[in-house]
Amino acid sequence: MPPVTYRLHAKKTMSAPDALLALLSALKWRLRFTVAKVLMTGNAAIGEAAIRAGCQCYFGYPITPQNELTEYMASNLSRRPGCTFIQAESEIAAINMVYGASVTGVRAMTSSSSPGISLKQEGISYMAACQLPGLIVNMSRGGPGLGSIAAAQSDYHQSTRGGGHGDYRTIVFGPSSVQELADLTHRAFELSDKYSIPAMILGDGMLGQMMEPVEFKHEAPAQLPVRANGLRGAKGRPSRFVRTFTSNPAELEELNWSLFRRYQLLQKNEVSCENYLTDDAQLIVTAFGIAARIAKGAINEARAAGLKVGLFRPITLFPFPQQQLKELAKNTKYFLDFEMNMGQMIDDVKLSLEGAGEVAFYGRPGGVIPTSTEFLRVITRLYYQKGLS
Amino acid sequence: MEKIFSRPKSLKKAVFHYCPGCGHSIIHRLCCEVIDELGIQDRTIGVPPPGCSVFAYYYFDVDMVESAHGRGAAVATGIKRALPESIVFTYQGDGDLSAIGTTETIHTANRGENITAIFINNAVYGMTGGQMAPTTMLGMKTTTSPFGREGKYEGYPIKMSEILGQVQGTCYIERVAVNSPANIRKAKKAIKKAFQCQLDGLGYSLVEILSPCPTNWKMSAIQSVKWVDEVMSKEFPLGVIKDTTGKKDVN
Ligand SMILES: Cc1ncc(C[n+]2csc(CCOP(=O)(O)OP(=O)(O)O)c2C)c(N)n1
Ligand code: SF4
Ligand SMILES: [Mg+2]
Repeated sequence: MPPVTYRLHAKKTMSAPDALLALLSALKWRLRFTVAKVLMTGNAAIGEAAIRAGCQCYFGYPITPQNELTEYMASNLSRRPGCTFIQAESEIAAINMVYGASVTGVRAMTSSSSPGISLKQEGISYMAACQLPGLIVNMSRGGPGLGSIAAAQSDYHQSTRGGGHGDYRTIVFGPSSVQELADLTHRAFELSDKYSIPAMILGDGMLGQMMEPVEFKHEAPAQLPVRANGLRGAKGRPSRFVRTFTSNPAELEELNWSLFRRYQLLQKNEVSCENYLTDDAQLIVTAFGIAARIAKGAINEARAAGLKVGLFRPITLFPFPQQQLKELAKNTKYFLDFEMNMGQMIDDVKLSLEGAGEVAFYGRPGGVIPTSTEFLRVITRLYYQKGLS
Repeated sequence: MEKIFSRPKSLKKAVFHYCPGCGHSIIHRLCCEVIDELGIQDRTIGVPPPGCSVFAYYYFDVDMVESAHGRGAAVATGIKRALPESIVFTYQGDGDLSAIGTTETIHTANRGENITAIFINNAVYGMTGGQMAPTTMLGMKTTTSPFGREGKYEGYPIKMSEILGQVQGTCYIERVAVNSPANIRKAKKAIKKAFQCQLDGLGYSLVEILSPCPTNWKMSAIQSVKWVDEVMSKEFPLGVIKDTTGKKDVN
């Protein structure tokens, strides 16, 4: 893997009025967040976190339920000195703009929701092939097709299995609160740069549009970061090219191996998850994202009724925290996978457990939001069916 | 003895893989001569496409990044926006620019992105084996229009340059050909002017180049240069389509 280092932007010369405007906008921006916590939608929080992570370029196309993010970037990134915002003509164009920006070494991102993410898959595959970092946000909604605009988790497979053509994966995060959306936006940029692999945040319409207090843990960098391996013209060095096509399959095999080794490193060093009340649990619910929030409500009520139920929540969806889940099977036999789809993450749950536990499933697809009361009934029934006490 | 002709500095010392009589190699050379003359080799970033010119980065001695089929304009947009001081050009075939990449091209032009497009019209999909392109002549037989292209059935030769001429963000569009020494000289002037437009920050510039593809036209090299004159340039007339620069040429 090529080492990633940063070099700072050469300061561009500016006319006096431009410099004054830049200063004012910087001041305005600093004043906006004088308190530790602000109330924001998830979509806006991602935008703010991205700006603070030194994201220089945002390219997007309107689609519900992620428009607040595009709009946030239009208001807050587009006229920032050195930064760019484009409302692209399509999601295909937007991801290819990310590709172009990323190739120059800057931090760039796009966001969309399920149907738009399908259109981005070609570009994501090319980014993976060229080992280009970048952030793709999917505020997913019910599918297939145009589907519904309600929150759903139906893109888990697409997100965690690469999504486009070719043998590749992206680094995928499954946040479950507005705070986590902000934190993981920062982490996604960092990991994406570190491993030269595109990163994805898999949220949903509810997370994107709900408001919660959020604290931003980073200040925007004084100068925008630029990767040293960016293509910025062959000044003082031989010309270079970035390409995916080769007439030599052996070369492509080597690229696939190189990517694969990085996925292994990610699995070893970068996975994260949350264990909630799992220590004495007889039954462990596995859920990610907003479904995990609903599950927590049900689990709290189950606990109040004396049922020993816990939650395993993967935060990195790819790589999946396999060891961390397998570990739980030492003390717990029964698992209940809960998703807002017909059962996708359950594949990873079973693969991780390697038969070490029994896995049941409950899911609601299409954008239907299950309630915690409904899920509590599922927990309770399973708990007593299995004779747990 | 004085050396009066040599390989441009921006052209790598490599053997072209193009078929004999192909226009791509001439156009590569012209672009490199222009890059040299404008002194922009060390800040130029090229975006070659899938197509016969997919290996352009083996020949151009400038930074290059391959784009997905048709997405060159969007990729170039990303590069230019991230790095405004660079000189960015796309190199695109007629399948690439006027079929799969029509949307990206029109909207990049409409935003007036300050980039240059080198658009190679050879009336076919060269790389994939001579299928019909949107630019294929009426009556022309290709592997996917085996009965000859019929307007009512296969559609009509599309005039992307004329369409782009209507788009407000474009500053300079010219159609040239590389089928004779005189035309090659004109082509070079047009390419230079297009790059100059970018240096002057005027917006989207494009040079469409009628380029022989003897292999897929199933002609000899000589027949194909004649065909450009006798058939192709009747459908795609050579000349300036749009010029907002107010300058005649930059030589
Ligand atoms: C998405 C996608 N569809 C199809 C192809 C196959 N393909 C490669 S090049 C090409 C067309 C080449 O024609 P043109 O753009 O006219 O370039 P030429 O080879 O004639 O110079 C096609 C269809 C591809 N690479 N990607
Ligand atoms: S197939 Fe046509 S366009 Fe391609 S290299 Fe040969 S002559 Fe040139
Ligand atoms: Mg062609």
